[in-house]
Amino acid sequence: MTDPTEDIPEVDYVEGTGVPIRGNDIDTDQIIPARFMKVVTFDGLGEFAFFDLRFDDEDDPKDHPFNEERFADANVMVVNANFGCGSSREHAPQALMRWGIDAIIGESFAEIFAGNCLALGIPTLTADHETINELQQWVDDNPDGQLEIDVPDETVRYGEEEVSVSVDDAQRKALVEGIWDTTALMKANEQAIAETAAGLPYLNAN
Amino acid sequence: MSQGTLYDKVWDRHKVTTLPNGQDQLFIGLHLIHEVTSPQAFGMLKERDLEVARPDLTHATVDHIVPTADQSRPYSDDAAERMMAELEENARDAGIQFSDPTTGDQGIVHVIGPEQGITQPGKTIVCGDSHTSTHGAFGALAFGIGTSQIRDVLATQTIAMEKQKVRKIQVDGELGEGVEAKDIILEIIRRLGTEGGVGYVYEYAGEAIESLGMEGRMSICNMSIEGGARAGYVNPDETTYEWLAETDEFADDPERFEELKSYWESIRSDADAEYDDVVHIDASELEPMVTWGTTPGQGVGIHDPIPAPEDLPEDKADTARRAQKHMRVEPGETMEGYDIDVAFLGSCTNARLPDLRRAARVVEGRQVADDVRAMVVPGSQRVQRIAEEEGLKDVFEAAGFDWRNAGCSMCLGMNDDQLEGDEASASSSNRNFVGRQGSKDGRTVLMSPRMVAAAAITGEVTDVRDLEEVQLA
Repeated sequence: MTDPTEDIPEVDYVEGTGVPIRGNDIDTDQIIPARFMKVVTFDGLGEFAFFDLRFDDEDDPKDHPFNEERFADANVMVVNANFGCGSSREHAPQALMRWGIDAIIGESFAEIFAGNCLALGIPTLTADHETINELQQWVDDNPDGQLEIDVPDETVRYGEEEVSVSVDDAQRKALVEGIWDTTALMKANEQAIAETAAGLPYLNAN
Repeated sequence: MSQGTLYDKVWDRHKVTTLPNGQDQLFIGLHLIHEVTSPQAFGMLKERDLEVARPDLTHATVDHIVPTADQSRPYSDDAAERMMAELEENARDAGIQFSDPTTGDQGIVHVIGPEQGITQPGKTIVCGDSHTSTHGAFGALAFGIGTSQIRDVLATQTIAMEKQKVRKIQVDGELGEGVEAKDIILEIIRRLGTEGGVGYVYEYAGEAIESLGMEGRMSICNMSIEGGARAGYVNPDETTYEWLAETDEFADDPERFEELKSYWESIRSDADAEYDDVVHIDASELEPMVTWGTTPGQGVGIHDPIPAPEDLPEDKADTARRAQKHMRVEPGETMEGYDIDVAFLGSCTNARLPDLRRAARVVEGRQVADDVRAMVVPGSQRVQRIAEEEGLKDVFEAAGFDWRNAGCSMCLGMNDDQLEGDEASASSSNRNFVGRQGSKDGRTVLMSPRMVAAAAITGEVTDVRDLEEVQLA
C-alpha cells in the first residue's frame, strides 16, 4: 500500500511579511459574516474576510489592516487573545487563507478555529501578551519586514529579534511531518475502525 | 488527567488508535449534517473519489438558510435554494436520511437529534456546527467540527482529536422563581470567561442541573462553546431515560431500550472520578441574566450594574470598552429599561416546547409593545405542531407575535429574518456578536425565553418577575 500521506506538504517553515489584527475575542462572525456563507464552495471567500470591519454600509473601505496597501502582500497575521471564537465555520480560516494568510501568531486561539487552521496546513502559534504586542508594533512599523517562522524550533525571527512561540504538540508533529490532512491517514485504519464499531452496544443491540 | 468520568469512558470506547501525529482517532456514532457546512465536504470527497463510509450513521436536516415564512420551493433566495438543492442531491446520492421540511421532522439540527432519539448517552456525535455541544445533555460526547473534519467523518466515520481535560461544574442549590437554565449558563460563562473552557470539556453536575428537564440541560450544554469548551455534558439519569423511552428509536422497542440502558448506566462518571478542575456555583444566588456587551461572557444579573472596563481583568477591558460603545450602555447602569426593537424567541438554545410554554404564560392576555417586532420561531416542525395543538400559537399571535416555521432564523441572520440598522433585540439565542443577527450595527441582548417575552411586552429589558400576575412556577 502506498503511503497515504505522500501528497501532503510539510509545513515546517513559513516566511513573509506580517499584518497586525488587534483586539481580543475576534469571533468568526467578524472574520466572515454569515451572509457570505450562502455558498456551496469556499472559492472566492477571500475578498469577504473581515468584511464588516473593512467596509461601511455603502461598501466604502474603512480603516482596517486588510485594506491597507502596505499589508496587501502579508501572509502572516499577528492577533491577540481568543482569536476565532464562536462558530465552527471553516469558512473563517478558508477566507483568511484565500486572502493570502499562511500562518497566524497570537496570544490564544479558539479550539475549533485552530483545528480548522490545522486542517488547511495553517500553523497557529502562540506567545504571551507582551511578545505579541511587540511583534504587532514591529509589523506595523515594518510592513515589508520579513518574518521567519520555524515550526519545529518554535521560534519567530524578525528584524534583530528571535522570540519563542508555542505550537501544540500534535499540531507541530502534523505540520512538520506533513500528516495534517487526516482523511487518508485515518482511512488506512479500516480494520481497526470496524473493530471499534463492533464493540459499541448502540450499533449492535438486537 | 481525569479518570473515571463519562468523558474518559466514552472516549476509550470509541478510540480506534493513536495516529502518528499523536492525536487519537475516534469512531463517530452519529454524524449530523446541514446545508451550510457540508456541501464543501461532499465536494472534497468527490475530488478524492471517496464514498460516504456510513450513511446509516449520518442524518441530514436543513436549518440555517431555510425561510421561516414562505417555504414554498424554489425558495425566493436563489443562494438558499442552491444550498438546499445541493444538500438534497448529496443526501440522495449517498443514501443519507434527510429530515427535510416535507417529512414533518425538519428543524434545527440540535433540536431534531434529541427529538428523534438518535441522540443518545454514550454516543460520539459530531456536526459542522459549534452548538453540537447541545447533545451532551444526554450524556453523549458531542462537539462541533469544521468542514475538513466533516470530510474526514464522511470518508471514515472517524475523527482525529486530542483528549482534553475535564472540568466539573457543580451547580448546587435551587433556582429561584423566574430563573432558569439559560441564567445558569450565562453566569458560568460570565464567571469563567469566553475562553475559560479552551482545552476543557465541561461536566455539569449538582442538584440544580439534575432537577432540570432535558430541555434545560440542552440549553446549558448548548452554550458550552460560548465559554470556550468544545463539549459539555450531563450524566444520564432517569430524566434522560424517560425522554429516550418515548422517542421514535425506542417507543416500539423496549427490549433494545433496556439493553442499551445498561450501557448508558455504565458510562456515567464514577462517584470517585477524578477531574482536572472543579468549579462550584450556587444556583440560589442567581438572578435572571442579560448580556450588556458583544460576547456571551458579558452578562450581568438584571439588577446588577454593568461593569466598568477598568475594573475588569486587563485582557477583557478593551473588549468591554468596544462592546459598551457598540451597545451604547454605560458602566454602573443596569440593563433594566434598555429599549428594544425586536424580540426573538427561537434558536437551538431556547426554542423547545417548555421554552415556548413558559414564554406563552408571560405573554398570555398581554400585547407586544408598539414598535416592537416580535417573533416566535419553533426549533422544529414537531415542536411547532405540538405548540399549535396546545394553543400556544394562538396565545402568541393574540399578543402580537409573528408565528413562524422552524429554522435557525434570526439567531444568525442567514435567511430573511434579520435586524435592520441599529435595531436592538431581546433574543433567546446564544450569540451577541456584532453583526450576528444580520446587521453590523444591530445590538443583541441575550436572555431566557421568559425574559424575551417580558421585553416584548414592555418594549424594554424587563425583569419578568416584576410583571404582575405572571405564572412563573
